[in-house]
Amino acid sequence: MASTAADSVPGSQRQPVYVFELPVRIWHGLHALSILVLAVTGYLIANPLSSPPGEASEHFLMGNLRLIHFIAAYVFTIGFAVRIYWGFVGNKYSRELLYLPVWRRAWWHDLIEEVKFYLFLRREAPPNVGHNALAQFAMWIFNVLLGFFMIVTGFALYGEGLGLGSWADAWFGWAIPLLGGSQEVRMLHILGMWLFIVFTIIHIYMAIRADLVSSQSSVRTIINGWRTYRD
Amino acid sequence: MPAHETFYEVMRQHGITRRSFLKFCSLTAAGLGLGPEFAGTIAHALETKPRTPVIWLHGLECTCCTESFIRSGNPLAGDVILSMISLDYDDTLMAAAGHQAEELLAQTVEKYDGQYILACEGNPPLNEDGMYCIQGGRPYVEKLRYMADHCKAIIAWGSCASWGCVQAARPNPTRATPIHKVILDKPVIKVPGCPPIAEVMTGVITYMIAFDALPELDRQGRPKMFYGQRLHDKCYRRPHFDAGQFVERFDDEGARKGYCLYKVGCKGPTTYNACSTLEWNGGLSWPVKSGHGCLGCAEDNFWDKGSFYNAVTNFGAMGGVEATADRIGGVLAGAAAVGVAAHAAATAVSRLRSSEAKGAQHE
Repeated sequence: MASTAADSVPGSQRQPVYVFELPVRIWHGLHALSILVLAVTGYLIANPLSSPPGEASEHFLMGNLRLIHFIAAYVFTIGFAVRIYWGFVGNKYSRELLYLPVWRRAWWHDLIEEVKFYLFLRREAPPNVGHNALAQFAMWIFNVLLGFFMIVTGFALYGEGLGLGSWADAWFGWAIPLLGGSQEVRMLHILGMWLFIVFTIIHIYMAIRADLVSSQSSVRTIINGWRTYRD
Repeated sequence: MPAHETFYEVMRQHGITRRSFLKFCSLTAAGLGLGPEFAGTIAHALETKPRTPVIWLHGLECTCCTESFIRSGNPLAGDVILSMISLDYDDTLMAAAGHQAEELLAQTVEKYDGQYILACEGNPPLNEDGMYCIQGGRPYVEKLRYMADHCKAIIAWGSCASWGCVQAARPNPTRATPIHKVILDKPVIKVPGCPPIAEVMTGVITYMIAFDALPELDRQGRPKMFYGQRLHDKCYRRPHFDAGQFVERFDDEGARKGYCLYKVGCKGPTTYNACSTLEWNGGLSWPVKSGHGCLGCAEDNFWDKGSFYNAVTNFGAMGGVEATADRIGGVLAGAAAVGVAAHAAATAVSRLRSSEAKGAQHE
């Protein structure tokens, strides 16, 4: 089995590294929470619950679901903006998920080795302090790209309610004719939710697996910020 | 006919009294969302401005736009408008026929070059050089191009002219093409709907001839005054939507109580039109009021958007398979979960094997 010099350094002798700074960890929590709330309320907006009995004036079920969805959307969007800002001022690991260094040969090498690791073609994960290339790739696709898509389509739909000429319509309303119409934008927005769910399933699995199987900490790292190593 | 008679003169010739004329002006001002003082502006414009001819062409269509137009809710408005555009040319409504009728087109171009409004109902098919719609021995698209070359502005009546509608639905064998994709050098005002509401049609025409300007348009070229909001925004069943009270089946208690039709596929939340405010047939009713959801007929490509009876509609997925976003997403999420479980199992087996191998080495 191919192994590099770094592989042979025993994990117990490697120093812990401070990877995720506090703002990044707070963002991760808020981001996850907002996605959870957005997915649940969003699903119920597309597929409403059964009707509460009585007069319409006694209830505001759909209205409240939409309100919660919109608040969570603001948390998601503002968090996303602050996170991008932090990519500029934070440590070097903080910008890893915001771009893909496709021009670096080493990154491609790491990506291939990482895929091999998950296909059981190599025993140990390639050594990485921050995000490995595969994780970076997935984060970029599902958080930067998909997140941006959800923000644009979401606020375009929000702008329909605010009305023509509202700020959301002015900034994001162009997305509706571009994607084929209001109904298409809704359907793509729902599909986006499902892609977030797919990402979340794989993301959580990989994080826990890395903790159990690899020689570096993973779940604990996003909680306290430190990447620790073991044999 | 003298070339420079005014609209007012034409109306009087048609036996419309001054009183009726003024009523029409204030009604139109209200319909356009203008203040009361604009009734005078409209009256003055119609009294003084030379009459703008309107040429009404028919391509691939079902004539529902014309049918709607001549049923303009207020008969007065209908009479006035009909005498106003007074059909210099309209295949369906004019008295002339055959060569006489076609001559009218040439006369209009000659007399009013660059001044007339071209109202297009239906769209031209472009496949086979346009032979799927032949009028007077030549493809409709040629007639359209010829008349468009000399017009001031184009009104695209209905979903056919605006978006393509049913004849442009997949796979669109005749390549029926909406007006704005054929005529690129003239302003095209889209008045979508299948058909559009009569008062919307008369309102748009009146605005254009009274103010000699195009109405303010949205991003997709529809007049903001009628297409600025979704049906959902002004729907009288909206309180039931906000309360979460939905019709589940067309024969259930909710349907009898007039709950929101969103769950049985009402496209009101995605359709821009004035149905929920102006209503149809002179304010008599409209689809939601009659207990059926909106089909979204005023929206681009509404034929190909999947079920009229589901809120979450189909995507045309690969290989002609149709599925809703929830279905595609559910399959993806299920595949991810199965994949994760399989990968976890493989990981466990691989670890077990390697620890066995290690154990064997130690022995």
